[in-house]
Amino acid sequence: MWTSDRVAGSALVLLAVVTAGETRRLPLGTLHNPGPGYMPLLLAVILGVLGAIVALRGGGAPRLIALRWSEAPHAFAILAGSAFAAFALERLGYRLTVIVLLAFLLGVMERKRPAVVVAVALGLSLGSFFLFSNLLKVPLPRGPWGL
Amino acid sequence: MAETFQNLYLGFSVALTPTVLFYAFVGCVIGTLVGVLPGVGPLAGISLLLPATFGLNATNAIVLLAGIYYGAMYGGSTTSILMRIPGEAASVMTCIDGYEMTKKGRAGPALAIAAVGSYIAGTLSIVGLMFLAPPLASFALRFGPPEYFALLVLGLLVLAYMSSGSMPKALAMAALGLLLGMIGIDTMTGFFRFHYGLVELGDGIGVVPVAVGLFGISEILLTAGLPTPPAVHKPKLRELLPSRQEWRDSAAPIGRGTLLGFLIGIIPGSAHIISSFVSYALERRLSKHPERFGQGAVEGVAGPESANNSATSGAFVPMLALGVPSGPIPAVMLAAMMVHGISPGPFLITQQPELFWGFIASMYVGNVVLLILNLPLVGLFVNLLRIPYPFLYPAILVFCVLGVYAVNQSVVDVWIMAIMGALGYLLRKFEFDTAPIVLGVILAPMLEMALRQSLAMSGGNYAIFFSRPIAATMLLVGLALLLLSLRPLLARGADWRRSVGLEEKRALGEENP
Repeated sequence: MWTSDRVAGSALVLLAVVTAGETRRLPLGTLHNPGPGYMPLLLAVILGVLGAIVALRGGGAPRLIALRWSEAPHAFAILAGSAFAAFALERLGYRLTVIVLLAFLLGVMERKRPAVVVAVALGLSLGSFFLFSNLLKVPLPRGPWGL
Repeated sequence: MAETFQNLYLGFSVALTPTVLFYAFVGCVIGTLVGVLPGVGPLAGISLLLPATFGLNATNAIVLLAGIYYGAMYGGSTTSILMRIPGEAASVMTCIDGYEMTKKGRAGPALAIAAVGSYIAGTLSIVGLMFLAPPLASFALRFGPPEYFALLVLGLLVLAYMSSGSMPKALAMAALGLLLGMIGIDTMTGFFRFHYGLVELGDGIGVVPVAVGLFGISEILLTAGLPTPPAVHKPKLRELLPSRQEWRDSAAPIGRGTLLGFLIGIIPGSAHIISSFVSYALERRLSKHPERFGQGAVEGVAGPESANNSATSGAFVPMLALGVPSGPIPAVMLAAMMVHGISPGPFLITQQPELFWGFIASMYVGNVVLLILNLPLVGLFVNLLRIPYPFLYPAILVFCVLGVYAVNQSVVDVWIMAIMGALGYLLRKFEFDTAPIVLGVILAPMLEMALRQSLAMSGGNYAIFFSRPIAATMLLVGLALLLLSLRPLLARGADWRRSVGLEEKRALGEENP
């Protein structure tokens, strides 16, 4: 039976195996004189063992299908928004990126009225830029046309 | 003793300057706001505000960040009591009886007891910090790489043991955090590990994007799609005064919570969270009427609130005296201090006494500011919760992106934050505690360096860890904890963390799906 702990434990074991494979590119050194690959390999082994324990003891955990994912579509959209911010920040600049991000979240995801979306997006974008960049001297990226 | 008071006098001469007072006040206000807002805990709050302190001098910056930390501890109780929504994890236990008191029309006294208890605990625990940190720092001068290695291993084991879930899961998260901490240039050989062509990873993964992603973003991902929170109860100022009986019932729990919180705070782990759980359990056990707990017992508010505030100061002891963070929040504070060119550890107190004692004195000032802020202005802070979450979370997301980018002006950090957000979301769905990951990330380079330096000292002989008394003692304590944790592997009912987990679920059961 697939329980949440069994799935999570198996994923940890898989991650440990992949990491252990990756450490082959690093000089391992010896037990008495560890190289840069020693500690990552040791940690990957520990992670794999712990993942296996979680999976083996996970029979009593909730079943995977019992987990509720009602918020997942929203979560996915917010993650997409974060990824967009990372992609666009230095290309479009802070202010344009934030305006687009807020327009997407408020207008598309939350279905707020266009006037409200425009007001919040412009207010928060320009206001936070003024506060952090102009007043607190935190360097924020500018995009095309100095925006 | 006389020397301590002389140093404290020096500290107050720093803390009572108008500029430092101003930053203590600003930190407390921001911290209270951070504590009130669900989803923005003290960790995310400190991480986000870190870049804004870059232009300040070290003392002002640390005073501001510390203000945010203990301000958030105070603020978290407000939403727990009024709405049954813990502003941050340490306030979960306050929800149980605090909200029941609100339902019975005693919201004001619950808030007042929480604020006064927090004030007393916060102030007394600073006395403990003041007297304990300097001797501990002198003791730590005897520490070499083997002792530090043993201390770090012990810290991770205690954190895993004290986590409110299964120990293998917590240890797995610590191992994952340590693995993430391996990314970057190996300081002993210059070898660039796990870089995948990204030169920005040379200095390793930053603790700020990891912390903001795992705590801030994952919270938004988990809550943004949920139904809107319940209506807000807004108490009036004249309703705040507790009755004589309520004061009497709260006195002993506040005292016990203070002591318990401070002691737990010193131990590595998510101290402020654990202390509130342990305090609640202790008060219920000691009560002559345990059946009142869960029905609006004022002791259930006084104890946990005092404990979590006291633990805040306790957590500063190992950070300031040893340079070793005891949990994710001190880890971010440590990173912040390093950004400002301060190296916490045994030499901090002797080499920068103005900073250390100024910091201590500012904590006294901050506690007074918080008491003044929290009671009369509670209505004002509660108004924040009237902002609908569909407007609040996009704003929080923007501040997360801004804060993370500003630390290094690197979009790679924003990517890391997004990835950690997704990871944190999944891990929390699968009931993993993410705090050990953050601690692992910051401890990994220290741990590896201490191991390799120790082996270099001994010519590759591992006996060095057992031939030195301090290191051997710490490793033996760690081993004992590991053996203790093996018990529940054989007998399911023997794990005390299981009951703590049940308390947490009971406290939050009605909100979460």
